[in-house]
Amino acid sequence: MTTNESNVGEPSPSSGIPSWTVSSSLQIRRRSDVPFFLVMGGLSSCFIVLIVLLISADLAFTSLSDFRVALSKPEIRAAFRLTMLTCTVAAILSVLAATPLGYLLSRYRFPGRFIIDTLVDIPIVLPPLVLGLSLLILFHLPIGRSGWELETWLRDTVGFPVTYRWPAVVLAQFSVACAFAVRTMVVTFDQINPRAEDVARTLGCTRAQAFLKIALPQAVRGMIVALTISWARALGEFGPILVFAGATRMRTEVLSTTVFLELSVGQLNAAVAVSLLMVMMAFVVLLILRSLGAGLTS
Amino acid sequence: MIGLHQVTICAGGFCLSNLSMQIQSGQYAVLMGKTGCGKTTLLESICGLRSIPSGKIYIGDIDITHFPPGDRQIGYVPQDLALFPTLNVQEHLAFALRLRKTSANQIAERTQQMAEVLGITHLLSRRIQGLSGGESQRVALGRALVAQPKILLLDEPLSALDESTRDEMQVLLQRLKQTTGVTTLHITHNSAEAAALADIRYRLEDGILHLVS
Repeated sequence: MTTNESNVGEPSPSSGIPSWTVSSSLQIRRRSDVPFFLVMGGLSSCFIVLIVLLISADLAFTSLSDFRVALSKPEIRAAFRLTMLTCTVAAILSVLAATPLGYLLSRYRFPGRFIIDTLVDIPIVLPPLVLGLSLLILFHLPIGRSGWELETWLRDTVGFPVTYRWPAVVLAQFSVACAFAVRTMVVTFDQINPRAEDVARTLGCTRAQAFLKIALPQAVRGMIVALTISWARALGEFGPILVFAGATRMRTEVLSTTVFLELSVGQLNAAVAVSLLMVMMAFVVLLILRSLGAGLTS
Repeated sequence: MIGLHQVTICAGGFCLSNLSMQIQSGQYAVLMGKTGCGKTTLLESICGLRSIPSGKIYIGDIDITHFPPGDRQIGYVPQDLALFPTLNVQEHLAFALRLRKTSANQIAERTQQMAEVLGITHLLSRRIQGLSGGESQRVALGRALVAQPKILLLDEPLSALDESTRDEMQVLLQRLKQTTGVTTLHITHNSAEAAALADIRYRLEDGILHLVS
């Protein structure tokens, strides 16, 4: 026991001030937040460092001339254009489908809701090749005695063939991207207070008007996030595209299949250059979409 | 006139049965009762946000029990106000009028009049995020009243306000009662508020709706 502790509560003989006043001021603990930031920063940086190292390795492996050579190939330029087009179409379609589905799942409890909620996640958990195979089977399954096929009907009657053409690329991308968009939109609507929609209904709105005039304007930021996630997901799609759309150069080749095709013919430099091109595309598009989202909601 | 005839209301795990009430046209009724006794559920049932398992709800002679909320001609101010985050004050006041396809001139005129009555003319272009409690309350009142509903339902409108703002709002509610003559049902816990505003008083206690005075 220290001298100070033994005198706690007793008046100091010289000043008359209780000695505990002095001792407690000496015992104030100054705790630092540095360990917190070190631990949190250290753990977080593992992932960031991994991504930076991956991109750095790609950059170190390739050169500007490899990049120029790869981009000058007409096949790769065509793949770039098709990638931009299909990713954008798939992302827009995903948001269009995900917004009403996300709203219904968030706001209403109805029979079969649990099953629908589970079905939404199937494309996320399904192996990509299985998804592609399922799409292929869906379009080519003979139905009934006449052997009616969806693909044959689309090609001969509607005049819009899908399999092994660019619509197959969009459909393969959409099948996975939409699942992510739905999850994003469910969370978005979960975070929007439904009371405002209730009050709007007392003011004269139908449910549709309450959705369009009150819920949807509040969901814009979530829709931008869903669009971003869908676009990024569609860019990275490979397995279902390979099975359902094929990898025909200048026709159904997107950049993810370009990497595969270049690798398969031993063109590692071109494959890495295209990979870096995809990284840059993703970075620029995500940046634009996020700025747009911030601008719309500010 | 608001009429409740042997109404059953349900929320969560509890139900209250045989609730009856009659508020004459132009009357200001105050409903009191303990927290959680079902006052808000009753209000939500009247404005159509909750369906009732049995009983009838009338406005005048019309049975509105199965009417959708938007067709009941009821102005509702919930306790949490539930203002629309993407609209400014002027758009809040114009909201119900736009739904009724009122002309732009009339919308401008009516919103201006309502803003003057409520003392929020200077706030018309403001977003709702920066409004004080009293200002938000006035906006919610204006939004509910601008389409001239037959009935006004107020769920503890003054409970979250400081004393001076509460006094101001109480004066405003008295003025609205006199100028609009709208039939009102007002939920409160405050006896002084009830004494100042009520023509008739109800109390919801132990699942029974009592007419106090």
